[in-house]
Amino acid sequence: MSKDNQILEDFTSKEYEHGWSVNYEADEAPIGLNEGIIQWISAKKEEPQWLLEWRLKAFRTWLTMEEPKWANVHYPKIDLQGLRYYSAPKQTKKPKNLDEVDPELLDIYKRLGINLNEQKRLQGIAVDAVLDSVSVATTFKDTLSKLGIVFCSFSEAVKEHPDLIKKYLGSVVPMTDNYYAALNSAVFSDGSFCYIPKGVRCPMELSTYFRINAANTGQFERTLIVAEDESYCSYLEGCTAPQRDENQLHAAVVEIYAGSHAEVKYSTVQNWFPGDKNGKGGIYNFVTKRGICAGDHSKISWTQVETGSAVTWKYPSCILKGDYSIGEFYSVAVTNNYQQADTGTKMIHIGKNTKSRIVSKGISAGKSQNSYRGQVQVMKRATNARNFSQCDSLLMGDRCGAHTFPYIDINNPTAKVEHEATTSKIGEDQIFYCNQRGIATEDAVALIVNGYAKEVLNQLPMEFAVEAQKLLALTLEGSVG
Amino acid sequence: MLSIKNLHASIEGTPILRGINLEIKAGEVHAIMGPNGSGKSTLASVLAGREEYEVTDGEVIFNGKDLLEYSPEDRAREGVFLAFQYPVEIPGVSSTNFLRTAVNQVREYRGLDPLDAVKFLTLMKEKMKLVEIDQKLLSRSLNEGFSGGEKKRNEIFQMAMLEPKLSILDETDSGLDIDALKIVSNGVNQLKSKDNATIVVTHYQRLLDYIVPDYVHVLYKGRIVKSGTKELALELEEKGYDWIKEAVDSEATV
Ligand SMILES: Nc1ncnc2c1ncn2[C@@H]1O[C@H](COP(=O)(O)OP(=O)(O)OP(=O)(O)O)[C@@H](O)[C@H]1O
Ligand SMILES: [Mg+2]
Repeated sequence: MSKDNQILEDFTSKEYEHGWSVNYEADEAPIGLNEGIIQWISAKKEEPQWLLEWRLKAFRTWLTMEEPKWANVHYPKIDLQGLRYYSAPKQTKKPKNLDEVDPELLDIYKRLGINLNEQKRLQGIAVDAVLDSVSVATTFKDTLSKLGIVFCSFSEAVKEHPDLIKKYLGSVVPMTDNYYAALNSAVFSDGSFCYIPKGVRCPMELSTYFRINAANTGQFERTLIVAEDESYCSYLEGCTAPQRDENQLHAAVVEIYAGSHAEVKYSTVQNWFPGDKNGKGGIYNFVTKRGICAGDHSKISWTQVETGSAVTWKYPSCILKGDYSIGEFYSVAVTNNYQQADTGTKMIHIGKNTKSRIVSKGISAGKSQNSYRGQVQVMKRATNARNFSQCDSLLMGDRCGAHTFPYIDINNPTAKVEHEATTSKIGEDQIFYCNQRGIATEDAVALIVNGYAKEVLNQLPMEFAVEAQKLLALTLEGSVG
Repeated sequence: MLSIKNLHASIEGTPILRGINLEIKAGEVHAIMGPNGSGKSTLASVLAGREEYEVTDGEVIFNGKDLLEYSPEDRAREGVFLAFQYPVEIPGVSSTNFLRTAVNQVREYRGLDPLDAVKFLTLMKEKMKLVEIDQKLLSRSLNEGFSGGEKKRNEIFQMAMLEPKLSILDETDSGLDIDALKIVSNGVNQLKSKDNATIVVTHYQRLLDYIVPDYVHVLYKGRIVKSGTKELALELEEKGYDWIKEAVDSEATV
């Protein structure tokens, strides 16, 4: 074995640190998927009739759809009838505030390093905590509501703000958009809802922390962010799951609406259980994320740090409808062992003078496969559209793969589209240089990888950038040594 | 401080070092010269612990310790510093960040507390003066897009920060302009003390006007074939290597 390989071999031994689970008394739907289950979920959530019908329509369409096969990922067929579509901790009464939330549930989040107690939080970050199928707590609701900002669980929004939900649900990702989005539309259980009124700058980071706990349960959450004209918000999403031998399915939908001069920053640090060293277990992550820059001069920016999941299928996209609107996609995707990621973005330029920027940094180690798939589409009307794409791949060892699939579709001659791609190997001489200055190999790799991903990490809010850096190092720990 | 005995090393089965003997005491400066490909950089790499090189025979004792038993990072922490002939670029990592990691790992090994940001920056400011290096250069990605001379100057800046016991400067003079050569040499001289030692690898006797060596060695075909004082460098400058090569090669054929 060459030294490079030896280094990488040793570096992959670190265990997933959020692999634990707890036993709580659950309120669960029976296993299986049919109209009865959907009615069961809808009834459980005391939903209005229109929403049940919306779900059923999605389900009926989904039945006619085929699972997409074009992604560069391979996994055994998922038995969708063998899953449970709803699982929630049993709570005797609905908690009105944090004090009434079962301390055991709060403890789960504390163990993950997320303190839901508002007084104990250092910085202004409002959190919605979603456990399996339901939101268990949302912090800082009162502070935010004084500004007219709504930040609550999706279920609560359906009850409290039905008009907004009716208006925006499925408006960016139609229920029939794709196989997984249709499935999500039929069975989604909870998620977060944010509404920023016209002219309001949200003063704190809004974040949702998703945790899968129950076995054999799919998580299908739905997030909807509506930023009215001239508003601003920054939203963060974190996720972890216990270590289980079976694969678990996660199929989320995120929709963002940005009005004119509005700006939404959406950041994800995805750390679902990736499966063990031999490729056993792990989350199948099939996610549809899309935002629409509906008004002029609006801006949507996606930043993602993807370290977990056995299989990732995810393309956060921007529809640039408003003139002068801007879409951004910053991504670091790390794969190790047997992980597979097929991720990228779609930038659809419709308005005039729209701009998009794509920065994708793939890092592959072990026997993993890492693909970037991106589409830049310039419509006829989009005079002076601009795109810049930078896709870099970093390989650690020679048993992993990096692939780039850029699709460019230009229908207006004034468009300027630039694509740059590089592939590099983490160099023995870089590591030796660090070693020679007294830096241990593991820290050298962390340094080099973080340097490589810097442009993306810089987009994250400070506190999360530090977390993400640690996570990158942890994911790759053991792959060089 | 450093005692090299009968050191043999090869790369991919090709022997490069073929019996090096060298004794260096604290406070001394040794210059190593020799034609291209004679094994100067190889010797530096072997001392620093580069794993591609296989040591097939001999020993290296550094301050009473068997240096060859140590990992590259532990050699550095023990006080061996190599100014690379070709410094490596690390995109996205600033010199400041890189050095802070390095300095603190070295301190930890030596049982010292890590330097906090303020103390570290104070130290950096002080050492920057020594080689007159620009702050702007240090906030850029390490060596990325640095000119040849800037890279070399940065190597000596790192040396100043890490305060090694044994410094090996591999052709640090190449790529430096006349003024920079003076500044960098001046920095090296200021770092010199009775407790540390320096090996300078160079092709040009001019450097030795600034960094004055106690001994000069000529390396040829993996062996030190001639040793002398500063005057040997002058002689080489004048006569080239042919007379030494001839002497060695004819001896070998006898
Ligand atoms: N991988 C390798 N396989 C075979 N020979 C090698 C390999 N790497 C280096 N060498 C050889 O080892 C010899 C010594 O190289 P080294 O870099 O130590 O020379 P040097 O004295 O530093 O030369 P210069 O003055 O040009 O810097 C050279 O002949 C070089 O070609
Ligand atoms: Mg050399």
